[in-house]
Amino acid sequence: MAEYITHEHDVLIIGAGGAGLRAAVEASAAGVKVAVISKSLLGKAHTVMAEGGVAAAMGNVDDRDNWRVHFADTMRGGQYLNNWRMAELHAKEAPSRVRELEAWGALFDRTSDGRILQRNFGGHRYPRLAHVGDRTGLEMIRTLQDHGIHLGLDVFMEHTVVTLLKDDSRIAGAFGYDRERGRFHLFRAKAVVLATGGIGRAYKITSNSWEYTGDGHSLAYHAGAALMDMEFVQFHPTGMIWPPSVRGILVTEGVRGEGGVLRNRNGERFMFKDIPPLYTSQTADTEEEGWRYTQGDKNAKRPPELLTRDHVARCIRREVREGRGSPHGGVFLDIAWIKERIPNATEHIKKKLPSMYHQFKQLADIDITQEPMEVGPTTHYMMGGVKVDPDSQMSDVVGLFAAGECAAGLHGANRLGGNSLSDLLVFGKRAGEYAAAYAKENSLGAVNTDELESAEKWALQPFERKGSDNPYVVQHTLQDVMQELVGIVRQEQEMLQALDRIRELKAASERVSVEGNREYNAGWHTALDLHNLLTVSEIIARAALERKESRGAHFRDDFPAKDEKQGVFNIVARKGAGGEMQLTREAVPVMRQDLQQIIQEMK
Amino acid sequence: MATATFRIWRGERGQGKFQDYTAEVSAGMVVLDAVHQIQAEQAGDLAVRWNCKAGKCGSCSAEINGMPKLMCMTRLNTLPQDRPVTVEPMKAFPHLKDLVTDVSWNYEVKKRIPKFQPRQPDAPDGTWRIAQEDVERVQEFRKCIECYLCQDVCHVLRDHHMHQQFIGPRFLVYAAALEMHPLDVGDRVEDLRKQFGVGLCNITKCCTKVCPEGITITDNAIIPLKERVVDRFFDPLSKLFRTFSNSKR
Repeated sequence: MAEYITHEHDVLIIGAGGAGLRAAVEASAAGVKVAVISKSLLGKAHTVMAEGGVAAAMGNVDDRDNWRVHFADTMRGGQYLNNWRMAELHAKEAPSRVRELEAWGALFDRTSDGRILQRNFGGHRYPRLAHVGDRTGLEMIRTLQDHGIHLGLDVFMEHTVVTLLKDDSRIAGAFGYDRERGRFHLFRAKAVVLATGGIGRAYKITSNSWEYTGDGHSLAYHAGAALMDMEFVQFHPTGMIWPPSVRGILVTEGVRGEGGVLRNRNGERFMFKDIPPLYTSQTADTEEEGWRYTQGDKNAKRPPELLTRDHVARCIRREVREGRGSPHGGVFLDIAWIKERIPNATEHIKKKLPSMYHQFKQLADIDITQEPMEVGPTTHYMMGGVKVDPDSQMSDVVGLFAAGECAAGLHGANRLGGNSLSDLLVFGKRAGEYAAAYAKENSLGAVNTDELESAEKWALQPFERKGSDNPYVVQHTLQDVMQELVGIVRQEQEMLQALDRIRELKAASERVSVEGNREYNAGWHTALDLHNLLTVSEIIARAALERKESRGAHFRDDFPAKDEKQGVFNIVARKGAGGEMQLTREAVPVMRQDLQQIIQEMK
Repeated sequence: MATATFRIWRGERGQGKFQDYTAEVSAGMVVLDAVHQIQAEQAGDLAVRWNCKAGKCGSCSAEINGMPKLMCMTRLNTLPQDRPVTVEPMKAFPHLKDLVTDVSWNYEVKKRIPKFQPRQPDAPDGTWRIAQEDVERVQEFRKCIECYLCQDVCHVLRDHHMHQQFIGPRFLVYAAALEMHPLDVGDRVEDLRKQFGVGLCNITKCCTKVCPEGITITDNAIIPLKERVVDRFFDPLSKLFRTFSNSKR
C-alpha cells in the first residue's frame, strides 16, 4: 500500500517562477483554492536570473512603438514559426501586465518625466524593455511573491512532482515528494497548470540551475499531451567562460544594449561581417551609427551586436572555430571602451550594470569598467514545450494547462531577449484565469490508487539497488552527449549517435543506486530527475533530426540554409499508445489577414 | 592538480559532526564547486541548497570558516590555503540535514508585515509618475536576495533566540522598502515598535558586514525606522502636543 499525504485544491500550479506565481495570483483572484508547488524555496526560481528587462510596447521612450511593431518583431525573431495568436496576445497585453506589477509594488527605472524607462535589446526595433538596472527578474519575482503571500495560496516549497494523474482523458492531479523528509504527496486538483521552466540541465554549459530538468515537458508528454518546437534550444551568445567554475553563467544582453561591443582576438568587430538578409535594413552601417543607436538616437539603426541571439551565438562560435577567439575559447565583450565616448564611464557602467560589475569582479577578478570580458555561448532557454491553445493555454489533456518556458508557441524558432518575462506575465495570467474557470465548472477527477503505488515503487527503487550506476555520472554523461552532439551546430550522424547514447543512458538510469535515507537526499533527487532529462533530450534530438534545414536557434551543418518549404510546419512529439515516441509535422496555423498585413508593412 | 580539505558538517536535525573530504582545486573555484564535487564523487546524499550559482538567488547560505557567506560567491583563493575549509549550516535556524536549515520562519514573518498599499494613480490611465531619485532610494533595499545571512549573524536571533519578538534585519529592510516606497501610503510604525521589535537592534552592524548585496542595512534601513518610531512615540514636543490636544496615541 502506498503511503502518502493527500491535498485537495481547485487549481494546482507546478512551478513558482514568474509564470507559476502570476498564474497563482490570477487563479486566486478568481476565488478558487490554489496550491503552488515549488521545487526550491519560494523566490529562488530562475526568473531571478533574468537581467535585461521585460518587453512591452508602452512607447514611453520612443512613441513610434506599439503592439504591432512588437508583434512583427516577435514573429521575425521566431522566423514565422510562432503561433501568431500567442504573439498577438503577448504584444497587446504585455503593457498592462507590466503596469499591473507597478500597482503591486515593483519599481522600474524611470524616464525624465517619471514614467517607466525602456531600453534597447536584441531584435526589438525600439527601446522596449522595462527594467530595474540589471536585476529585473528579481524585482518581478519578488513583487509577485510579496503580492501572492497575502492571497491565501497554499505553497509547497521544496516539493517535486513525479507524475501527473488522469481520470480517463482529463487531469486529476499530481503525485510527488517533499525534499525535507522524502514523504510522498497526492495533490488532487480539478485543473493543473505546468509552469516548470526549462531544460538547461540537459546540457553541460548552461545558465540554468539544478532545477531545470524539463519536468513540465516530460510530465506533460507522459500524460499524453503534445510537445512542439523541441528542436529549438536557445544558446545565449554571452555566458561567462573563465574561470572554469563560472562557465555558463549569464552575461546580460543589456551590456550590448548599453553600448558593449564584441571583438575577436584581432580587435575586429566581427559582427559587422555577417548580417542576415531579414535584418539588413534595420542594422547600422557603421560603428558610429551603432553607437548612436545605443545612446538613444532615433534616426540610427541598431549595431549588429544586437541581432538575434541565435545569430550572434553562431558568429561567436565561428570566430572561435576559425582561430580568432580569446585566450579561453570565447570572444571579447567590451563595455569599458565607452570611456572614449562619455565622461564618467566607470560610474555609468556600475550604475547601469551593477550586478554584471560585481559578478565579474568577484568571480573572475575582472573590472568590466576597465577591461573586456571573455564570453561564449551558453544553453539558456527552451523555445519548445507543451502545445497549448493560444487563448486559454490548455494542452491536449483536458484540464492541463501550461505557461511560460515549458509551453510552446510564442517564440517560434528563436526568442527575443525580454520576451520571456513578458511571456510569463501574459500567459501566466491567462493560464491562471482559464484554469480557475475550468475548475469552477468541473469536479475533482478520480485517482487510481494502483498508479500511486507503482509511482511510489518506481521512485524508491534507487534505494533498493546496491553498488550500481551513480546518478551524478549518468547526468554528467548525458550533459556531455547533448553538448557535443545536439548543440549549437548539428548534423545527422552526430544526432543519431546521440540517440544511441541516450538509449544506453536510459538503461543506466534504471540501474542507478543511491546511498543514505530519504531525507533531503540530493543523490536520490538527481536519480529521479534523470527520467525527465532523458525524455526531453530524446525529443530534442529526434525533432532536430526531423528538421532538415537551418532556422532560428536550430542550425544544421548538413543543411545550412533556410528552406521555405519547411517554414510551414511545426514538429510535434507525442507518446504513442505503445509508449513509442511519435513525431509529426503540423502546419503552422494560417495567420489572420490583418496580421499578415502588419508583417508586410514592417518588413 | 592541487587539492584542498573541506571540513563539512554532516548530520540530521542538530545531531552530527564534521567530516573531512579532499577535493581537487582548479582556477577560480568557489566553495560550492567543491561541495558539488564531493557530492558527485564521495557523498551522494550530501544535502545542500543552491540554485543560480551566481549570487542572485540567495539559496546557498552557509558558514564558511565561521563566517556567514554564500558558497557560490566565496572563492577558494580568498581563504587560507594551509588549513581545512570548514563549511557549516547557518546557526540561527533549526537544522534539517548537513548544510540545510529550516528557514520557513522567515516566510511566516514576511506575511505578518502589512503589504504594499499604493496611493491613487497620478494619471488617468492608471499609471504613476515617479522621479528616478525616489526610485533609487529604495532600490538598494529591493536588491535583497533573501539569503538570510543577516538573520543568521544577528545576535538577537542567533544567540538570544528572540524570533517571536524580533523580525530581524532582513525584514526591517523589507519594512523600510515599503515605508520609503514612493507610492506606499501604509503605516507600519506602530507595528515596528510593538510587533516587530525594531528597538531590539542595538546597531552592532554585523548584518551590514555580511550582506552579499552590500546593502547598508543598519544605517540606511534600520536607523531611519528607529527614528520614525522615536519621532512618533518618544519625541517630547509631540508628546506635549498630544497631551494638550487629548490625542489618544
